[in-house]
Amino acid sequence: MAEVAEKEQVKVKEPLFSKKNIQVIKDPLDDNNPITVQVLGICSALAVTVQMKPAIIMALGVTFVTAFSNLIISMMRKGIPTRVRIIVQLIVVATLVTIVDQVLKAYMFDVSKKLSVFVGLIITNCIVMGRLEAFALGQKPWPAFLDGIGNGLGYGLILITVAFFRELLGSGKVLGFKVIPQWFYDHGYVNNGLMVLPPAALFLIGIYIWVQRSRNSKLVNVS
Amino acid sequence: MENLISLFVRSIFVDNAIFAFFLGMCSYLAVSKKIKTASGLGLAVIFVMVLTTPLNYLILKYLLAPGALAWISPSLADVDLTFLAFILFISTIAGAVQLVEMVVEKFAPALYSALGIFLPLITVNCSILGASLFMQEREYNFSETLVFSIGTGIGFFLAIVLLASIRERLRYSKIPPALQGLGIAMIVTGLMAIAFLSFSGIKL
Repeated sequence: MAEVAEKEQVKVKEPLFSKKNIQVIKDPLDDNNPITVQVLGICSALAVTVQMKPAIIMALGVTFVTAFSNLIISMMRKGIPTRVRIIVQLIVVATLVTIVDQVLKAYMFDVSKKLSVFVGLIITNCIVMGRLEAFALGQKPWPAFLDGIGNGLGYGLILITVAFFRELLGSGKVLGFKVIPQWFYDHGYVNNGLMVLPPAALFLIGIYIWVQRSRNSKLVNVS
Repeated sequence: MENLISLFVRSIFVDNAIFAFFLGMCSYLAVSKKIKTASGLGLAVIFVMVLTTPLNYLILKYLLAPGALAWISPSLADVDLTFLAFILFISTIAGAVQLVEMVVEKFAPALYSALGIFLPLITVNCSILGASLFMQEREYNFSETLVFSIGTGIGFFLAIVLLASIRERLRYSKIPPALQGLGIAMIVTGLMAIAFLSFSGIKL
């Protein structure tokens, strides 16, 4: 994080959290959400949402990778020949993902086992590549960094929402704590077994998209 | 042999890349509006997958796994480079895709114009890297890796062509405006995934 602090001191000319920069962070949370609007990074969003804990860790991992890959590529953007940019981007992303993977393996082994190959798949997570192509290649490092954080958080928002419902309805827990009282079970309440299976994630995201687009009519027919 | 056949069927139906692991969802949703383009992408994915997964297996076995470097000199026997797996796997895939693109362009221009835009997209298709990572995690041997990659590729092909044919029909149905496009595609995929769950009872 020292790098970030340094960046903040260097850029005093433009206010760090100017209206434009705030917008860059806020947009991906709703109006331009990477999953439901830009249709990027759906693969991992669905697979790690059975419980909230892995979902939160995954969201943090992706935020870290998008933010720093955006920052690094944006700093290198004038030096990268257009023809080989995909490979350069992949190498930067793969290095960052390796860092995340090693840290997870060292400090949170059980979560890392649960996420299994999906940590590695952050490399091919379209959010990362999509934002690099669409934003970082043409912007200054600081807005690119913020854009990465914003998109990571937008991704995390969906992930955590979906995981919340799947864990609550599927096993009656939130973050591993039982929240549905025993009284319910005594009177015939049963956990919804479908919620822990893969299809439930698809339904929940479908419903999320439906709710979001009904609320916000300008998103209708974007894809 | 039986083991291989069972693995093949499992990787197509039971552990389908899309319906069980959601690998390659991005291109699956983006390129499934017409059957023709969908099958083009599906074929390209099978091709690249069968090329890269065994290649990555060899890299893993002879360069990265603990003690793999012993064939260069015995003093390297306790070197473990598995943490480099991500970088090397993705470089192989990016390189292979680039190579395939050039070869196909030179020797089969008709196929190239049919696949054209999809080839570069495949580099970032999760299912390709996913297949390599599963191969590493489940410790397949070479013939298993080969069969697994063919099966996973066919599974992806099947899923994307099925979705494309359903979406072509959906155009004539009345869907609430907010659910059109992505929303309904998600829910259709969910229903298809439930259908594929029924395969999980198969014992081979």
